[in-house]
Amino acid sequence: MKRYKLSFKPFGPSALLIEWPEQIDELMIQDVIAFEKVISWEANIADTIIAYNSLTVVFRETYKFEAVVSRFERLYTTKNQGSKQNAVCWQIPVCYDVEFGLDLEELASAKQLSVKALIELHTAPKYLIYFMGFQPGFPYLGGLPEVLHTPRKANPRLRVDKGSVGIGGQQTGIYPQDSSGGWNILGRSPVNFFDVSKLQPCFTKAGDYIQFEAIDKQTFLQIDKQVQKGTYEPKSVKL
Amino acid sequence: MIKVLHAGIYCTVQDLGRIGYAKMGVPQGGALDIFAAKRANLILNQSEAAAVLEITYGQGRFEFTIDTFIALSGGHFSPKLNAIPVEMNKVLSVKKGAVLSFGKRNYGARVYLSVQGGLYSETVLGSKSFYPGLTSAKLAKGDTINLNPTQNILGENRSKLRLDPTHFAASELTCYPGPEYDHLNEVQKERLRQPFTISEDNNRVGYRLNEILANDLQPILTSAVLPGTVQLTPSGKLIILMRDCQVTGGYPRVLQLSDEAVSRMGQKVVGEHVKFCCAEEF
Repeated sequence: MKRYKLSFKPFGPSALLIEWPEQIDELMIQDVIAFEKVISWEANIADTIIAYNSLTVVFRETYKFEAVVSRFERLYTTKNQGSKQNAVCWQIPVCYDVEFGLDLEELASAKQLSVKALIELHTAPKYLIYFMGFQPGFPYLGGLPEVLHTPRKANPRLRVDKGSVGIGGQQTGIYPQDSSGGWNILGRSPVNFFDVSKLQPCFTKAGDYIQFEAIDKQTFLQIDKQVQKGTYEPKSVKL
Repeated sequence: MIKVLHAGIYCTVQDLGRIGYAKMGVPQGGALDIFAAKRANLILNQSEAAAVLEITYGQGRFEFTIDTFIALSGGHFSPKLNAIPVEMNKVLSVKKGAVLSFGKRNYGARVYLSVQGGLYSETVLGSKSFYPGLTSAKLAKGDTINLNPTQNILGENRSKLRLDPTHFAASELTCYPGPEYDHLNEVQKERLRQPFTISEDNNRVGYRLNEILANDLQPILTSAVLPGTVQLTPSGKLIILMRDCQVTGGYPRVLQLSDEAVSRMGQKVVGEHVKFCCAEEF
């Protein structure tokens, strides 16, 4: 696997920022994710934060920059095999109904597509989860077809319902909680993306894939009922 | 139990925050003035990680349904028990039915109430700290807060803790160059050394500052942000991120505050001035 030139910067007295070249790249993010796994076993680490081209390591206390950097550099060259490990693709049911897809028809007509063609375009790709951020359980997804790139709405909505699936700029994603937001909303998923009652509250993680699967309103309600009862298990396939 | 008679504008249960969940997008959270929260617990001779109440601007009124001991630390809002003024940073004995209230602000933005045994509330991802969407709804009038049982015996006549008041009066914020500090030009760097004023847009997520830095920096590829990260927004205004901030952001990170400076910020209110003082060459 390709090795990248990493740069190390102090991020305050107790965090370290490791940067890869400034790009959004499917192969490179696998290297970031693999390196996070390698260093996550190191002592005194409170948190790690993965992003497109960076890995931030938050230590429990202040740390010695030079010593840690030389250790991490050694780990990167010796341990980071970066093989794509156990990637799964989550099949996420989405109801693309105008009741939920507040911007579905407007977006289709702006793109000169039928609603059906728009849904087909949106459900075709396997979107890579680059990292989680913004909100608990929010995946930053890559791979939205260029034809679907759409600027965020000029006036963000004060409330976007939990589970809403939308497009903002070059990204598509799911709002894991009710929030305000400026994305163009295409539909809604009944799946709970962040469940604090579970030991593992978030079933998705950086490096996994997501594929949306169109469901009708009746199926939406059925799955929603299972989610409420706690009997729904998200479906995935090994890649 | 504690009964909430009046919940003020923002009264929440807080502890030291959530550690280890940032890669799921979970904010760290925790008491904004974490030093004051810890101190309130230490005065009661209990774990500094015990959950406390963070009472913004001293707005709130609470009734105790049992005999217990409490301590108040942080911002000074003329605390009273049964309408009789009481001291800060001291063990206070309260009797069943006693009412804690506040009055005029002397200094600070948030006062911390620690109760013997610590507050008992739901633990979500290793912390009791309130966060919208993760924990139950914010405290409201009529709510009750349970207390942990305790065997800890406290004397009443403990001497008062003497505190250095500079934490509240001082405008200096110890900081470090942020990851994008080097992207700034000399004019911008010089401006950063001058005082800034806190805007009315300030809360547990972040404090916006009024003054504008001429800004032609490009946004960065979304990357990690931390409590204490100072972001330069496209409008040229600075935001100091606080403990409820998101884990990632796209604005250049020009400075990083020390943990102590984040706590100091948490006691500032609109109109107050702050000055960034870099611990390193700056």
